[in-house]
Amino acid sequence: MAIGINTLGLYQQGSSVLHRVSAWAKLIGLVVLGAASIWLQSRWWLVLAVLGLVVVGYLVAGFPVGLMFKQLRPMIWLLVFIAVMNWWSFDWQRGIAVPGMIATLVAAAGLVTLTTPMSALIDVVVRAVGPLRRFGVDPERVGLTLMLGIRCVPVVAGLASEVREAQIARTATHSFRAFAVPLLVRALRDADAIGDALVARGFDD
Amino acid sequence: MTSQTPLPARDLALIAVFAGITAALGLIPPIYLPISPAPITAQSLGPMLAGAILGGRRGGASLVLFMAMVALGLPLLSGGRGGIGVFLSPTVGFLVGFVVCAFAIGWATYRVGAPYSIWKGLVITLLGGLVLMYIFGLTGMMIVAHLSLSQALLAQVMYLPGDLTKAVIAVLVAKGVHTAYPGLLPWHGQVAAAGSETGSLDDSPVDSAPAGDQVR
Repeated sequence: MAIGINTLGLYQQGSSVLHRVSAWAKLIGLVVLGAASIWLQSRWWLVLAVLGLVVVGYLVAGFPVGLMFKQLRPMIWLLVFIAVMNWWSFDWQRGIAVPGMIATLVAAAGLVTLTTPMSALIDVVVRAVGPLRRFGVDPERVGLTLMLGIRCVPVVAGLASEVREAQIARTATHSFRAFAVPLLVRALRDADAIGDALVARGFDD
Repeated sequence: MTSQTPLPARDLALIAVFAGITAALGLIPPIYLPISPAPITAQSLGPMLAGAILGGRRGGASLVLFMAMVALGLPLLSGGRGGIGVFLSPTVGFLVGFVVCAFAIGWATYRVGAPYSIWKGLVITLLGGLVLMYIFGLTGMMIVAHLSLSQALLAQVMYLPGDLTKAVIAVLVAKGVHTAYPGLLPWHGQVAAAGSETGSLDDSPVDSAPAGDQVR
């Protein structure tokens, strides 16, 4: 497994309790919180209390509270919209509880992502699909496909900038089609080469 | 029963590369057009193109892989979002829709077969990439955010002009790719389906197995 993989994602190194707890425990905790949310949502003050606990979680992990707001920032207007709509259709309590619960879950999930190295999460995925072996799912193939996909992100991004540069060198066009078609064709050819390389290493045997 | 054979290496490579394509489309900065009040991001072209080019099974799988990479913490969704949290947010329905839409567009496109027709492609992309996507997206919003259908529509309607534009672009790009890289779409009619999505050569070594024993 590539060593650099954990620096690609959103994971932030640390040595707190939350960093040391196993990935399984954190994910199960998240599932439990998600299941409990249906019940928690009926009391607005409970939602705010759990949100407070998540804030404590960020502090325990050694992150500034601002990092938690960074997780929520892309959806802030949607949260405001949901608050107004729920207040308008029901009451102010639900106007707090519903968007509050969404923010709590997203922030808690963000905490799991920030404190768990990607290699640990890949191990969870590979082991979790183990029982699917009888349905023809090969866990090793799943793991390899994940690694291949992660590797393809910088490869395709590099390909995209090459195609873009070539396009600019030829003409000053901004046509998306003139960019996307050569990119996709080159990507298809690359995929053929990757497939051949895998077959040459005995992948399909 | 036989549909669950493991995917050959070339298909896995195509799936991985198209997961990378959807990620790369998320890196393109959003554009602002006068016809649309909301910024248009290129990322939702990913499922449309993956389906129209790779077909249902591989296109759907490439979007499942993309979503798995997002869940693992790669900030690949447009705007640099990622992690498990995006699957708990009100827009989760659209993420499910990405996968379903790639599968549906791919299934229909490969069923129509070669040569790729712009008009049929447009109908398929509008049904799969717009109607189906909105059904999943709006349902997700209604469940997660406790909105009524009209409220969820209100939050989403400003994206409609951009999504219509993207469906047209996706079809034109898919036409260009199928012209420049023929052989992906199956031919129906004249030639019997020799190997539409995957070539199966797995059976042949079985007969030669006893020979191998004799050598030893």
